[in-house]
Amino acid sequence: MGMTITEKILAAHSGRDFVEPGEIIDADVDIVLANDITAPLSLEEFEKVGAEKVFDQDKVVFVLDHFTPNKDIISAENCKKIREFSKKHGIKHFYEGGRCGIEHALLPEQGIVVPGDVVIGADSHTCTYGALGAFATGMGSTDITYAMVTGKIWFKVPESIKFLCYGEWNRWVTGKDLILHIIGMIGVDGALYSAMEFDGEAISNLSMDSRMTIANMAIEAGAKNGIFRPDEKTMAYVEKRAKRPPRVFESDRDAQYKQVIEIDVSKLGLKVACPSLPSNVKDVEDLKDIEIDQVVIGSCTNGRLEDLKMAADILKGKKIAPWVRCIVIPATPDIYRDALKLGYIEIFADAGCIISPPTCGPCLGGHMGVLAKGERAVATTNRNFIGRMGHPESEVYLSGPAVAAASAIAGKIMHPEGF
Amino acid sequence: MIIKGHIWKFGDNIDTDIIIPARYLAHTDPGVLGQHCMEPLVPDFSKKVKKGDIIVAGFNFGCGSSREHAPIAISALGIPIVIARSFARIFYRNAFNKGLALMEADIYNMAKEGDEIEIDVFSGIIKTKDTTVKAKPIPPFMVELIEAGGLMNYLKKKLEERHENL
Repeated sequence: MGMTITEKILAAHSGRDFVEPGEIIDADVDIVLANDITAPLSLEEFEKVGAEKVFDQDKVVFVLDHFTPNKDIISAENCKKIREFSKKHGIKHFYEGGRCGIEHALLPEQGIVVPGDVVIGADSHTCTYGALGAFATGMGSTDITYAMVTGKIWFKVPESIKFLCYGEWNRWVTGKDLILHIIGMIGVDGALYSAMEFDGEAISNLSMDSRMTIANMAIEAGAKNGIFRPDEKTMAYVEKRAKRPPRVFESDRDAQYKQVIEIDVSKLGLKVACPSLPSNVKDVEDLKDIEIDQVVIGSCTNGRLEDLKMAADILKGKKIAPWVRCIVIPATPDIYRDALKLGYIEIFADAGCIISPPTCGPCLGGHMGVLAKGERAVATTNRNFIGRMGHPESEVYLSGPAVAAASAIAGKIMHPEGF
Repeated sequence: MIIKGHIWKFGDNIDTDIIIPARYLAHTDPGVLGQHCMEPLVPDFSKKVKKGDIIVAGFNFGCGSSREHAPIAISALGIPIVIARSFARIFYRNAFNKGLALMEADIYNMAKEGDEIEIDVFSGIIKTKDTTVKAKPIPPFMVELIEAGGLMNYLKKKLEERHENL
């Protein structure tokens, strides 16, 4: 019997020739990640357990991206704690300040994650790295501590659901619209405990940035991981960045799937997830006269160069609507620099956008764009739960960068056609 | 292991931003996290809930972020177990790792807010005022973790063994 790409990676990391869904395995991990809100709990456990060192100084990664630049004293204390730990233990990949980006944009960009890896992170959007053909999943701080010390973690091998995507992409439509469409179709627990595998000609035609957006939101369908077969685009992306040699796995022809879902992307338009679940998905054309107070273009979901380009193309020569705040957040320093060279930052500034340093800030209602009671935002982020971006009675609509940019100009949720 | 307590009912897809809003995540003190547990839905939950109360919920409890602050906040209020139709997977691991028991059981419709409920964690027998059901017991691997006293105690034991072997 054949294996899926997820099963093959897990088998290879647990010294097995074969694994099947439901088995519990003890796997070696390639990268263990935590951030400024999850690492403090991990480090407390690390001390409590009496561990003396991390399993590998090159494989433990800390990215201080959530409440940074430090939003208050307690956040600053947390960062200090992680910084001191990193110095003491010789952590190679410690990112803060001007070298820091949003973790799930930063790690692939810096070649810290490569195809074939097993990556666990104390952040639910760790599943983003599946876009490279790695097995990557989010866990809590305690599991992360265990892996930091031992280099291993237990997994239950997940069943896989295959999404076979074909057809030509329509203008403006991106990976964000596809993943919102899928979550709308299967629900926020539609892939619970499962691997979501994306394949087909429409996926081959997608950029790496768009694939990362899709893998990023696998967790919003409850999935353990999202994963893509590495192809020429993957290898071209990885080649110039990889810090370790990649290992390419792909699913066997006779691999077993819990379900295969076919999607014709040529029928796909621009999607918006309405409050207060990512599965509450509608076509943008069906949302009439929904006035907004804020727009956020950024995050680990949609803060990459392709996203900024799409927003800049729409915002060029335009002005943000009166009474609307539009916050643009390039996800990493490299993306910021590229956006600067390509003139996007100037376009945003001319349009009247707020240009933020890389941070998760507003996505989780942390800082840098928190909503007041009754306020409404369109965001290219990943969650629109009750109170996600601020007051429990504020609202978040999730979209791709095109709808977000058009809405910022119109002051209400808007299709980008005609801008 | 028998757990007895009064029921608090929550619906489907109770996400981690409800269990503990992100603006409190800079805190690691369980007492502070407990004070804000469920705040967006029940603003004074921490004052109303009594030690030993039990949460009964619908599908996909704990969906959303990986924040371990969520099971910590629930435990801090003295809630020993959450029974739901299903759990999100990261929350499931986190809860057991931190010593909060979870049981997957479809008792949502038979559970009434405020009623007493009795759960035998290892056999899966759940008794409410009028009904008794047998749910799936907690999987053997998770029982192992609970018996070791959570993941960190399990690791501590392993590290001690390693020292002894050196």
